Amino acid sequence: MTDQRSQAEIVRESLKVRYRKERRFRLYGMAAIAVALLSLLILFTDIVGKGYTGFIKTTITLDVSLDGEAMYLEDARDKDQLSMADFQAPIISALQEYFPEATGRKDVRELKRLVGSYAGNRVRNLLTEQPELLGTTQTMTFLVHDTVSVYVKHAGSDAYSIRLSEQQQRWVDELVEKGVVETAFNDVFFSRGDSREPSNAGVLGAIVGSLFTMVVTIAIAFPVGVAAAVYLEEFAPQNKLTDFIEVNINNLAAVPSIIFGLLGLAVFIGLFGMPRSVPVVGGLVLALMTLPTIIISSRAAIKSVPPSIREAAEGMGASKMQVVLHHVVPLAMPGMMTGSIIGMAQALGETAPLLLIGMVAFIVEIPDGFFSSATVLPVQIYLWASSAEQGFVELASAGIMILLTFMITMNAMAIWLRKRLERRW
Amino acid sequence: MKLKSVVASVALAGSIAAVSAPAMARDTINIVGSSTVYPFATVVAERFGRNTDFPTPKLESTGSGGGLKLFCAGIGTQHPDITNASRRIKKSEVELCASNGVEDITEVKIGSDGIVIANSKNGPAVDLSLKQIFLALAKEVPDPKGGEKLVANPYEKWSDIDSSLPNEEIFVMGPPPTSGTRDAFVEIAMEGGCKKYDWIKAIKKQDKSKYKSICHSMREDGPFVEAGENDNLIVQRLEQDDHAFGIFGYSFLMENSGKIQAATINGVGPTPETIADEAYPVARSLYFYIKNAHVGVVPGIQEYVAEFTSEGAWGDNGYLVDVGLIPNPRKTRMEVVKRVKNLTPLTAAEL
Repeated sequence: MTDQRSQAEIVRESLKVRYRKERRFRLYGMAAIAVALLSLLILFTDIVGKGYTGFIKTTITLDVSLDGEAMYLEDARDKDQLSMADFQAPIISALQEYFPEATGRKDVRELKRLVGSYAGNRVRNLLTEQPELLGTTQTMTFLVHDTVSVYVKHAGSDAYSIRLSEQQQRWVDELVEKGVVETAFNDVFFSRGDSREPSNAGVLGAIVGSLFTMVVTIAIAFPVGVAAAVYLEEFAPQNKLTDFIEVNINNLAAVPSIIFGLLGLAVFIGLFGMPRSVPVVGGLVLALMTLPTIIISSRAAIKSVPPSIREAAEGMGASKMQVVLHHVVPLAMPGMMTGSIIGMAQALGETAPLLLIGMVAFIVEIPDGFFSSATVLPVQIYLWASSAEQGFVELASAGIMILLTFMITMNAMAIWLRKRLERRW
Repeated sequence: MKLKSVVASVALAGSIAAVSAPAMARDTINIVGSSTVYPFATVVAERFGRNTDFPTPKLESTGSGGGLKLFCAGIGTQHPDITNASRRIKKSEVELCASNGVEDITEVKIGSDGIVIANSKNGPAVDLSLKQIFLALAKEVPDPKGGEKLVANPYEKWSDIDSSLPNEEIFVMGPPPTSGTRDAFVEIAMEGGCKKYDWIKAIKKQDKSKYKSICHSMREDGPFVEAGENDNLIVQRLEQDDHAFGIFGYSFLMENSGKIQAATINGVGPTPETIADEAYPVARSLYFYIKNAHVGVVPGIQEYVAEFTSEGAWGDNGYLVDVGLIPNPRKTRMEVVKRVKNLTPLTAAEL
């Protein structure tokens, strides 16, 4: 009796302990998820908090009097005169309209530094295109100098140091009050290539470069990967050699990406003499890198096609090739595509292999083909993050946001494809 | 099997290359080299691209050594036209160049760059001597008890070295050995302080490699931390930690002058004037090298160099000063310009 009771008690007591254990176990799980979410949240708040100002540009609108005498320009059609003309002069005099007291050499210098370095180029381009405007007054909008932009956007923030003199700060305050200096959506960021001046720098060059590179990558990695997977899964004889290849493909998937960069440098640039910094080489290297991912996921997709389908097709008299091309590959396609998209998303965020083949470079012009110098999004972010100018901090974060948007889109596409097209048997 | 697909893909790549390779006449100037010169060269390149009809040159930041290696690999449009360097070309590199057919190289000295030791403005302002820097950061230092022998660096606080220095732990962040800034810091500041000891200096004559290992080894027991190539990170750390010091290029000090201050060295602070006239001791010259054989083949090289060496760019009031370049004295500038105009090649005797 006592024995039995004590046994029931033991069970009851141990039950409590077991329930507690389970609760604890669940708590650990939840804590793990909370930590992951929290770090994600911190990362996102940091990036967005730093980066949203990257989508804002600061402009200054001035009535520029295109006075030929002040610019040493008599005829805007004359190329020699254009190259000798002083296009800063009308901008400075337009600013002096607001601050007539600024006439000394130092004052003029400080005044000049309110406007971005390429304002003069804008005036020149305008006159080159429309020489008849010489002598008229035009309302033009310029980008402000980087230091002014930092001041307007971040005055009072501890993270930035203001590099304007007190006089300049007073001027800028006054111009902001009058509505001459304004902030607007940063369209420059989406329409230009890199620049050494943060306000002139854009991400378009890098996006186009990434696009060209990815096209090459998918064009090579997808067909080669799928072909390899189909052969290995459907045709290859089961022998030592096949096993050996299989092991090596799995190993290849774990090789650090910089090794592929070394390979690309040696083979594509060294052996084949292809140029540095071009999307073709970048695409080839990244294709090699994503190949194992695609092969492995494609093989899994092929494996998941039930044998009954193959048998049914064979029973209807289909040849091996017909079975594969008409039935197995189409049914495995969603899985193959999901794997490829995830592989591409990985390749999109890769910088290390590109370092060696010269895609970590300062490239201003937007690439116009597979053989023109280009850089890619993550590299652009890296280049900005390591620049001294404060304006690049926000651009780097803005670039990260764009890269993340692409990544999330691609991953969402993979999930959607899987949900939409995958068939269950 | 898989092998076949690899063969196929390589063959495919090969055929692409075969199609592309002959058609590679280039109209964009290719520049490689030092990450220290990169911020200056990119500004010039961008201006050059905007103000002329030539395309904007392409700039790769490969480090001085990496750049010279690429530069010296040969003549032909697949090789770069110009390389930037934060140190002078070495004799061995000139020989490497010559062995690959790159015979005529023109040297352009563009100015100087100071290396600063800085801390947060909330921290103490300090004045260091090169000897104190060496004692704070070297792996092995002369025995503080005296005598001509070396002991593992015992100093933990700045005040242990000299009572005039703050009573705080030594904590300095600096660039890794791959960086040109580190090379220059070690050669100028560390060795500069090291050879103040006559008996160490005497070792140089007997055993050069031993001398080097004494003077060039940074301590690894904590007070010196390698903080990666990104100087922005060092600056960020300095803002958060008032006791930390950082080693980086002058342009980063200039850009963040509101938040950080530089230590004076032998009483001299880093300013454009003191760096240019070499009163501030930790400074180095910056260069770029032109491959003369490419001039006239790749369009725009001479025009780019002319833009770089114009007074509006590298002069006392030029736009490169705004991004932190310390200009050469005017006399040097005139000499360099003359040299560049004639493309006078560098001779081995000059090195």
